[in-house]
Amino acid sequence: MKFIDEYQNSELAKGLAKRIATQSTKPIRLMEFCGGHTHAIMRYGIRQLVPKTVEMRSGPGCPVCVTATADLDKAIALAHLPKVIITTFGDMIRVPGSYSSLQQARAEGADIRVVYSTIDAVEIAKANPEKSVIFIGIGFETTAPTIAASILKAQREKIENFHVLSLNKLTPPVMKALLDLGEVKLDGIICPGHVSVTIGSHPYEFIPKNYGVACVISGFEPLDILLCIDKLVEQIENGQPGVEIAYSRGVKPEGNPKALELMGKVFEIGEANWRGIGAVPQSGLKIRREYGHFDADKAFSGLLRFAGSDKPAKEPKGCRCGDVVRGAAMPPECKLFRKVCTPERPIGPCMVSSEGACAAYYQYESSSSSPYSSPLKGEVR
Amino acid sequence: MGQAMSDTILLAHGSGGKLSHDLVQKRFLPFLANPALNKLDDSAIFEASGRLAFTTDSYVVNPIFFPSGDIGKLAVCGTVNDLSMSGAKPVYLSLSMIIEEGLPLDELDRVVQSIKTAAEEAEVQIITGDTKVVNQGQADKLFINTSGIGIIPLGIDISGANAKAGDKVILSGTIGDHGIAIMSQREGLRFSVPVESDCAPLSKLVSQMLEASSRIHCLRDPTRGGLATTLNEFAQQSNVGIMIEEDKIPITEGVRAACELLGLDPICVANEGKLVAIVEPEDADKVLTQMKQNGYGRDAAIIGEVTNDHPGRVVMKTKLGPSRIINMPSGELLPRIC
Amino acid sequence: MCLAIPVRVISIEGDEAETEIAGVKRRVSIALTPEAKVGDYVLLHTGYAIGVVDEAEAEETLKLLEEIASLSEVHR
Repeated sequence: MKFIDEYQNSELAKGLAKRIATQSTKPIRLMEFCGGHTHAIMRYGIRQLVPKTVEMRSGPGCPVCVTATADLDKAIALAHLPKVIITTFGDMIRVPGSYSSLQQARAEGADIRVVYSTIDAVEIAKANPEKSVIFIGIGFETTAPTIAASILKAQREKIENFHVLSLNKLTPPVMKALLDLGEVKLDGIICPGHVSVTIGSHPYEFIPKNYGVACVISGFEPLDILLCIDKLVEQIENGQPGVEIAYSRGVKPEGNPKALELMGKVFEIGEANWRGIGAVPQSGLKIRREYGHFDADKAFSGLLRFAGSDKPAKEPKGCRCGDVVRGAAMPPECKLFRKVCTPERPIGPCMVSSEGACAAYYQYESSSSSPYSSPLKGEVR
Repeated sequence: MGQAMSDTILLAHGSGGKLSHDLVQKRFLPFLANPALNKLDDSAIFEASGRLAFTTDSYVVNPIFFPSGDIGKLAVCGTVNDLSMSGAKPVYLSLSMIIEEGLPLDELDRVVQSIKTAAEEAEVQIITGDTKVVNQGQADKLFINTSGIGIIPLGIDISGANAKAGDKVILSGTIGDHGIAIMSQREGLRFSVPVESDCAPLSKLVSQMLEASSRIHCLRDPTRGGLATTLNEFAQQSNVGIMIEEDKIPITEGVRAACELLGLDPICVANEGKLVAIVEPEDADKVLTQMKQNGYGRDAAIIGEVTNDHPGRVVMKTKLGPSRIINMPSGELLPRIC
Repeated sequence: MCLAIPVRVISIEGDEAETEIAGVKRRVSIALTPEAKVGDYVLLHTGYAIGVVDEAEAEETLKLLEEIASLSEVHR
């Protein structure tokens, strides 16, 4: 597969790994903010390829893991409304809400369909004019433009029964929130690759400037990630944090203007609730009033209140997904990890999602050469 | 005059009367005929001696027609293969159908043809059967159950609990074909793949393997849950560790690409015409050679070995060198966006 | 967040393109990448092309990786 296979070459990977090891003289902590990176790092064993001086932590990059429980509860409540078809990406189906999950709701008779694309949700709406089709809009700036384009398509084709529950979130604001929290001292950030295809590299410039943290945008093949780490180590060792693109075949500094245009046309920025972090200002996307007709929040909130579906959200007892999502706790520090919470019986989203840090860690935890060394002493407050 | 001519299945086809009788006589018997079945007695009578293997499976696949196969072929091959995985030579099958009212008769005919063809290739006879029809909405077009009986030759003792440290792990061919072929037909995924289901009867392949070596310890076909599930089952049943190498696992480019597209791990995707064998190390090469001479084993490869390390766990050495643990996949295989 | 893979554009009709990777074909929307041309590789994410792959940059990156490997004396 072109543009994939060449970046999996093991000889080139060895070369990069060697250079990183040579360059890296002091312990540093890096964080990735992308579930796709969390997954790729696990899949390719990147932690085993970098020296012990490089500690890697997962940040809030998994869209499933950062969806607030109350929002998931709302989606599940919508599923139970009459004449409603819920369409969702597969990632969300098994995530436990306060009382149920989409999978459970489906078993109870709700019409919930997994789709690969928002376009498919629009097609389902077209094919079922007597029902309301609600699309659960999760994801970051990679997915938001696709949802915007689908809303515009529905508008053009006069598909009135298509709605989106907008739970889309933005990456740079949550990076700022985490850096401001200061819970976990970071030296460098592995910036999300496909989010950056949309937003470019400029939105990260405040990070080295205001926080002295190095930023390098990474692709998803093992050589991409190693190259990113190599550049981060170089910046940090030289004391010259900046923003670099290590995924130049996909990312331009200005991003994708058309995607940004459509995103801005349909969405406006507002506050969003992040699991484990709480309300983060200017970090979520809400559907603009001109497209209010497609906004599931507006169209159905009355019905939900009437149906009494406003039970308070609750987190599973003992679940530390919130801490894990902020990088403030490593999965084994959660008392439920492995003993109670497993991929077969997940308690929280970090274990359900294949991008969640807990699910990724679970793959390594009994490996004799576990690359998850304990956190740098004294660095986590 | 009897009932008006219909080109779909009606509830009456399942109620035992004339229409039921006609269904069996005209649409099943001519294609599946054999002395025992032809008698149409309440039970099929046969003689068999030796150690017998007996298995049952139900088939509810949706869609019922997919590239290079259908639910009929699957129902025969699946049960034939379960028998073969115990080292048994499959001989007789039962065939029980639950049909949804409204299924077009020509679709039923196609399925019956597939069953006939598969049974002939597998050299098994369908000696007893049953048909029921349920109201529309109570079955997804067609559900099939087949039970099978096979005879185990003397001296064969194959079980998931027999793996020993040092044994080699052999995979008979490319992984993920069936699962991807099915997924490509599903509503909402809409991609066309140069991938066909690998659904096939493996009885001949297994008997050739057993001729090459009597020291095959374990056999299993990695169906739902894929290779990852089967290897974990062996590791747990035998309480051993299994180590495999990612770059030794045969996989077609089409399946690789489809898995990348959907965010699926190919080792978790279903197969219907493949097997995993755990073999005494000295016999591994000759078993492999024998397998490669059979069309269904032409891509066979040794993918790993059994070890005393990490008992109960399966570990995979990835392309770039680091190892990772392969857990049993939990739940449905779902496409992801992240 | 971002499963997106490079697929090759085979044909274009309006704001949709027929694309292909290793024989797997899929119709995608190019609403976000109207500049895509037949023969280009685009990054496919949930049914949309979200960006066009810069092949010259891809070459540059590979050259850089090969240089690094040869300097590390691992690449033979």
